[in-house]
Amino acid sequence: MFAFIARRVVYSILILLGVTLITYLLLFMLPADPARQIAGRSATPEIVANIRHQLGLDLPFYQQYFQYLKGLLHGDLGRSFIQRSQVSELIGARLVPSLQLMGLGIAFELLIGIGLGIVAALKRDSFIDRLLMAFSFVGVSSPQFIAAMLFLYFFAVRLDWFPMGGYGEFRHILLPALTLGILGSGWYSRMVRSSMIEVLHQDFIRTARAKGLSRMRVVFRHVLPNAIVPVIPMVGIDIGIFMGGLVVVESVFGWPGIGQLAWQAIQQVDIPVIVGVTTVSAVAIVLGNLLADLVIPLVDPRIDVKKH
Amino acid sequence: MKRKALSLAIAATLFAGNLLAAEPQHGGEAVVTYQNDVATLDPAIGYDWQNWSMIKSLFDRLMDYKPGTTELVPALAESYTVSDDGTEYTFVMKKGVKFHNGREMKAADVKYSLERTVNPKTQSPGAGFFSSIVGYEDVTGGKSETLAGVTTPDDYTVKIKLSQPNATFLHIMAINFASVVPKEAVEKWGADFGKHPVGSGAFELQEWKLGQQLVFKKNPNYYRSGVPYLDGIRFEIGQDPTVALLRLQKGEVDIAGDGVPPAQFLQFKNDPKQKGLVVTGDQLQTGYLTLKTTLPPFDNLKVRQAVNMAISKDRVVRLINGRAKPANQPLPPAMPGYDTGFKGYPYDVEGAKKLLAEAGFEKGFDTELYVMNTDPQPRIAQSIQQDLAKIGIRAQIKSLAQANVIAAGSEKDQAPMVWSGGMAWIADFPDPSNFYGPILGCEGAVSGGWNWALYCNKALDAEAKRADSMAKPEQQAERIALWSKVFTDVMADAPWVPIFNEQRFTVRSARMGGDDALYVDPVHVPVNYDYIGVK
Repeated sequence: MFAFIARRVVYSILILLGVTLITYLLLFMLPADPARQIAGRSATPEIVANIRHQLGLDLPFYQQYFQYLKGLLHGDLGRSFIQRSQVSELIGARLVPSLQLMGLGIAFELLIGIGLGIVAALKRDSFIDRLLMAFSFVGVSSPQFIAAMLFLYFFAVRLDWFPMGGYGEFRHILLPALTLGILGSGWYSRMVRSSMIEVLHQDFIRTARAKGLSRMRVVFRHVLPNAIVPVIPMVGIDIGIFMGGLVVVESVFGWPGIGQLAWQAIQQVDIPVIVGVTTVSAVAIVLGNLLADLVIPLVDPRIDVKKH
Repeated sequence: MKRKALSLAIAATLFAGNLLAAEPQHGGEAVVTYQNDVATLDPAIGYDWQNWSMIKSLFDRLMDYKPGTTELVPALAESYTVSDDGTEYTFVMKKGVKFHNGREMKAADVKYSLERTVNPKTQSPGAGFFSSIVGYEDVTGGKSETLAGVTTPDDYTVKIKLSQPNATFLHIMAINFASVVPKEAVEKWGADFGKHPVGSGAFELQEWKLGQQLVFKKNPNYYRSGVPYLDGIRFEIGQDPTVALLRLQKGEVDIAGDGVPPAQFLQFKNDPKQKGLVVTGDQLQTGYLTLKTTLPPFDNLKVRQAVNMAISKDRVVRLINGRAKPANQPLPPAMPGYDTGFKGYPYDVEGAKKLLAEAGFEKGFDTELYVMNTDPQPRIAQSIQQDLAKIGIRAQIKSLAQANVIAAGSEKDQAPMVWSGGMAWIADFPDPSNFYGPILGCEGAVSGGWNWALYCNKALDAEAKRADSMAKPEQQAERIALWSKVFTDVMADAPWVPIFNEQRFTVRSARMGGDDALYVDPVHVPVNYDYIGVK
């Protein structure tokens, strides 16, 4: 077990190094010149050169990259060119809202997805099954921007059930989290349905029913724990998607999360922020996957980490 | 006595006139929304749409403008005099003006603030505005920390010596980068001063939750009595412009800072219920197509003239739902010096074809059109592309991020054509000079500059220099006439195709009062927060 964790941690660090290297290299190759951007439109070439030197942008690539890694080891992500403040401060301010939305969003996804998956599997091939699967299909394939806008218009403007965006109280998080939950639940419901159907056909289920256990007891005690295993690595992947992919929902609902920060930074070519957000998201993805790998053996003792 | 008369005159211009008509109440709080984060509130650094007017409300400068207009008036200065040769300005400051930290502002603070902006360590994008002050090169070159040309004979007098006459200097004393800051607060916060601004303005920063909101509260000790009208302003950040409009209609938002998104513009403007909420104003902006005068075939005047005649500006304006007016010269109509009699090049496809044939390109040629990649800019570029195709010019569109277009724009061998939309040019201050030097003059025609046509006409440069040395008030009419001619003469060389002048549309809730002009203030962009109030 320990060797497995150690190996995974080493892999994770290598992956993170690779991510920072590639991001840094790509941004280094961009034709945009941050020094010129900072110096503004009235600056002489002399002033631009001076700023470039102050920021260390006149150093060769490998030196800039090592400077960055050195800072990273001390928890220093650099300073934003546009916002002129510490990148760690900018990300820090947005981390909590992002984690809150991610937590509740995934909770809604699981609740809706697993619930629908169970019903669909039990009512297999019926009208209800088809309806639920159609629903999940529409959910995963609808464009987030349109869906989020429609939800906002319908539930917040017309029905006035929720506030129109904002942050601070519990009622603010409900609609964005529900939007994410409804849209993302399709992945889970389809997976739970197919894995439930697979488990339902296995001998031990027939045995359990034959020895007189109630249908509900069989579903919740025997089928579900087995059917849920493939869901766990999906949550790990989801964490990654959520850390970087909430741009649309965050901007529609005015949620002050990391996605919004990333979107702005990309538009303004604010390189330290782009690299910082990428690094933090990569850490989250790697951690999410690592956690999922570690949790699976706890849920399903048949999976033995030593063999992997 | 003379001084007193002057200050009375200022008070009269500030409080009388069109403002009286819609005098708002004192008190109340307004909610303003923006989509993007506020970058910084450091007046030496902030240089964008959102923080421009916020900084104006947090800090003061020696000069300012009459609210809602482009008319210069003294602000922190009680009075000023200009020497006969136009190279020495003497400002006498108001007494008793206090910073938000309670300390009285003195002449030394003005000197310190200017030196801080110019100092390369500050990395101010506005340093270049002060290049005419004696000693500027020594500070930017790192030889000195102090500007030799700025002296303080006593606590309330600032003398500024220029290396050459500069008729725009009073405008430069009104620009945000000339804001007066207290040294002790700058030193206390260091690089984070922009997040903890201390000024002397009508409002002070009460709270800033990164990525969420900023709260301004009224400065009770503000030196202009009766200003501001509002007790506070809450800026909510991260709001999608479409959602902001919905919230405004519901009464949760007072000013949608990002305006009306293009997609909803017509619907919003034609809706009788919302029509009254939109305020329309002129902007000191021109959108233009640059033709790289040094790069064949655009080094040929006839080719440039042909392009000028080939583009349907009306169609471009329709494309953006009429949010602009077609242009025929570099200056926007709201700028002093705009020539109302000038007609420019007509839209004439046949004539354009003929010119192109005369230039030896009857079969046309292949070229590239650079454009910033956010809507509506690529659509505008496509419209230009189609027009050019009609006369045989095959332009390939290069749609890139803003910074990348700007970087390519000034390179000799790249970007033969650039559509300026989303990048250039909005005037920094309401004077025609600001529309020439950086974007049409020889000084801007360098790598890293903003003169993307790399246009350099030495004779016109000399005329421009002559105009800017007319610093005396009685020379102003002559000066503006001279500038007017410079810009129409530029069009004879056709380095640009002026396409349109954007208009501004601010949406404010029904409960907001104050003159409409304050909501589309040409200088306090986008809104003059100091003078608006609740009805």
